[in-house]
Order: sequence, then structure tokens, then C-alpha cells
Amino acid sequence: MSPSQKRYLKPSVFWSIRQGFPSWLRPVLTLTALAVPLAIWSLLSYGGFISETFLPTPTAVLSAGLSMQEKGTLVTDILVSSGRVMVGFGLASLIGIPMGIAMGTFYSMDSLFGGFVGTVRYMPVAAFTPLMIVWVGIDELPKVLIVFLGIVLYNAIMVADAVKFIPNDTLNVAYTLGATRRDLLFRVILPASLPSIVDTLRVNVAGAWNFLVISELLAAESGLGYRIVRSQRTLQTDKVLFCILVIGCIGLLTDLAFRLLARWLLPWAESTQH
Amino acid sequence: MADSKPFDHLELAQHKFDPNPVDPHPVDSHPVDRPKLEIRNITKVFGKGKQAIVAVDDVSVQLAPNEFSCIVGPSGCGKSTLLSIAAGLMQATAGDILVDGEVVPGPGADRGMVFQNYTLFAWLSVADNVAFGLKLRGLPRAKIRDRVAYYLDIVGLSGWAKAYPKALSGGMKQRVAIARALANQPEVLLMDEPFGALDAQTKEQLQAFFHDLWEKTQITVFMITHDVEEAIFLSQRVHIMDKTGKLRETVNIGLPAHRELDMKLTPEFLDYKRHIVYALRFCQTK
Repeated sequence: MSPSQKRYLKPSVFWSIRQGFPSWLRPVLTLTALAVPLAIWSLLSYGGFISETFLPTPTAVLSAGLSMQEKGTLVTDILVSSGRVMVGFGLASLIGIPMGIAMGTFYSMDSLFGGFVGTVRYMPVAAFTPLMIVWVGIDELPKVLIVFLGIVLYNAIMVADAVKFIPNDTLNVAYTLGATRRDLLFRVILPASLPSIVDTLRVNVAGAWNFLVISELLAAESGLGYRIVRSQRTLQTDKVLFCILVIGCIGLLTDLAFRLLARWLLPWAESTQH
Repeated sequence: MADSKPFDHLELAQHKFDPNPVDPHPVDSHPVDRPKLEIRNITKVFGKGKQAIVAVDDVSVQLAPNEFSCIVGPSGCGKSTLLSIAAGLMQATAGDILVDGEVVPGPGADRGMVFQNYTLFAWLSVADNVAFGLKLRGLPRAKIRDRVAYYLDIVGLSGWAKAYPKALSGGMKQRVAIARALANQPEVLLMDEPFGALDAQTKEQLQAFFHDLWEKTQITVFMITHDVEEAIFLSQRVHIMDKTGKLRETVNIGLPAHRELDMKLTPEFLDYKRHIVYALRFCQTK
């Protein structure tokens, strides 16, 4: 066979798929992904290519943050918004997780709730905000409800899928060991789906902040979303960007917290690192 | 030579399987007095009307107490379906399953099962896996501890009591699965190709180990396997199922009660193997 007829996979480091990756390259690429946008931003803003109001410089954003801190509003805003997210997300988990487990476990529950969940899921929560004012008022409750409505059905669906993914034999073996349906639910289905449940929560928490900002568009007195909307009206884009960055950082910390929680709570789970 | 069949030169074609042997044994002609497990006229049909597939066709098997029986047959002949029905995990279209003479309508601790892919509970340690059935029953903690220790010792994994399943090899996981099923002390042990996913050496070790275990515990076992040697080595009777879902023949294995791995090479063993292999080949062509 002539050399041109031999075919083999060309080696590649950068595009490697499941064939190993140099360990030093991972942090290098991660840092590059953060540094390059920062560099572009700095170039465009310091270089004067885009005006201050449209794209404030990184230092302007930081000093806006500092001034908010000096005014005493920053910490309050963070705490108030985080509180609303926690309560809304907490409720969405308290209701969504058992609903999802029920839907994934029982054919009957899946038939009963599946239709409702499948359709309402597509209804945009933002469209409900004016209705919220009419139905519930303008204080804390509608804001928490909006976060709740946005997340609860996604929690339910993803948890239901996690339960449906448990292999038949894992459940069958419990039957042959004498398990009742109640035993099966609490001693097999719950622990088996726990890793997926924790992961579902980790993923959905990001959406919660999105709905939080939407909810603070309503008559709010404080909060990061409120601050963003108010600053937008006066074209204080530096404050807007700073608040967005703060939300991003809180999100990253939450993500990290969930990953650590998973590792501490679930040491037995198979990891997905190859 | 264009028309010759691939194995002609080995003269195997001369040893044709005789479906009507001189001394015909009707299916399961040795009725057992008080069977531990009775599979009575089980039929299972999947689908309806024109698309209906008969997976199991009027199969009846009786297992005496302490008997070890294997069922062999071509792929897709309904063996796993039959076992699932016997375990109560699937509903039969017709027929009954009886344990100690009583009809059992659903799964239960009286029929323990070992699957091909271990199915250990990943969130429990080895000891907690073995204790699972016992905890369900609410046995006192001391008793559970003793029984778990005993069965872990039997399968040779006493040192791994606190380990999690993800740290174990395939053979070890299967041994834990067997210990878990046995610790629950079922009336009958059903096994669906339990050694199928293992390499040849581990398989042989586990076959010998399981035979010794059966001798010690005297438990009634009904096992599915593709491996004819394994079936003959472990059992006292081998049932042969064909592709139409019918039980074709039951072969009594007249080897000595205690089996050693070297028996697999004796002429008597090979006679049984030959008989069953030809029967299976005949079933294949149907």
C-alpha cells in the first residue's frame, strides 16, 4: 500500500477528543479566555475608540462600585437581592424537587402533571410581571414569586428526567430484596437521583438571578436589579456594569459552593472526568 | 468445492442432532413431589394482533428444593423474559409462578435475583449493600452485622466491607451482588447470566466458588447462561429453550454431586456438552 493510501488520525493537542490533554494547558486557556476580553475592553475604552457613556473603562467601573460602597447602598443591595433569590429559589426547589421525583417515579403522576408542566414551561415569566402587580401587589412577594415561577418547572423536569434515568435493574434488584414501593422511593430512588438533583440546582441557580433582575423592574426600593434599572435611566453605565459583574461573581461563588457540596455529600458518585 | 458448507471437512455434519431420541424425555418428565419453585404453563406475548411476538410459549419447569438448574438457549429465545416473570418483575400473559405450592403474584424477598451487570447500590458501602434486604426487614442491628460478616466472609471480601462499589473490580462487584442476594436468605435464587460480563479466568474462579457456595448453603438455584460448559458444570439439570420460546428438552446431568473444574475435560462431561451443543444448533435453525 502506498503511503497516500494509509489513513490514520492526525495527532492534535488543542483539538484532542478523549485522548488526553496536557495539564498545564487547561489553566493557561482559562486565563486567556478571561484576559483577552479584558484586554479588548481596556483597549476600546482607554483608547477612546468608544465613548465613556457607552463603554466605561475598567477603572471607571471599579470606582463606581467604590462610590456605591461609600454611599452604603452596595452591601444592602447585594443582601436584599441575594435574599430574594434564595427565598425564590428555595421555594422553587422545595416544590419542584418532590414534584419531579413524583413525576419520574410514578406513571400516574407523570401523566397528571406532565401536560401542565410541558406547556406552562414555555410561558414567559416576564409576561406575568404586570399580572403580578395586579394579583399580589408590589412588595417582596411578587418578586420572590417571579423567581419561583421561573425556576420551579425546570427543577421539576430535570429532576424527573434524572429519576427516569435510573436503570430498571437497580430498581428491580430492590424488589427482589423485599422492598415495598415506599422502600423503593426512599431507599433507592432518592439516593440514586441525588447527584443529578444537586447538579440540577447548580445549573438552575443561574437562571434565578435572571428572573431576579426582571422582578426588580417592578416598583423596587433596593436591590442590584433596581440599581441597574435606575442607573440605566441616568446613563450611568459604569454602575450598571459594576452591578452586573457583582451578580456574575456571586454566581461563580454559588457554582463553586454547589460543586463543593456535591463532593462532600456524595463521595460515592462516579465523576465525569476522563 | 463452491457448494461445500464451512464445517464439512470436520465431519461434524455427520453427528446430526436427533430430535426424536430412542428414549424420549418429554419436557420435564421428572415431576417433583413438592417443588420449591414451579413455573406453570407460562406464556408471554409482546404486542398485539399481527405484530404479536410470542417470547415464552407454555413453559413449565419444576425445581426441587436445593436443586441447581440452568436454562440455555439461543440469543433472544426468551430466557431472560422467563426469569423476569419467575422473579415477579414482569407479568405473564398466562400461567402462574408458585413458591412452595403458593401462587406468587409479584416480586418479593422469597426469590432473590442476581443480574448480569452487578446493579450494586453506588451510594452504599459493600457492607451496607449486603445488609440492604436485612435492613428492609427490620432485623436487629447486631444480627445484621453478624450475617453481613458471615456472607462477606463466604465471598472472600471481608476486608472490603467499608469500600464503595466504585472501588471494586467486576468480579468483586458480582461477588458482593451474590452475597447481597444470599444474605437475604431467599427461598430461590434466580440468576441472569451472572458471570457473562467477566473475563474467562474470573469466570472460572467464580464458577468453582459458586458451586462450593451452593454446596454449603444448599439453596435452590435457577440460572440462565449462554455458556454450555458453565451450565453442565454447575447444574443437576439443564433445560434447553428454543427460539420459538418453547422448552425443548431437559437434560439430567449425571455427574458426581461434587464438581471440580477439571471435570470439564473428562469424556462424560464432553458427552453432555456435545448433546447440548447439537441440541442448541438444531434450535438455531428453527
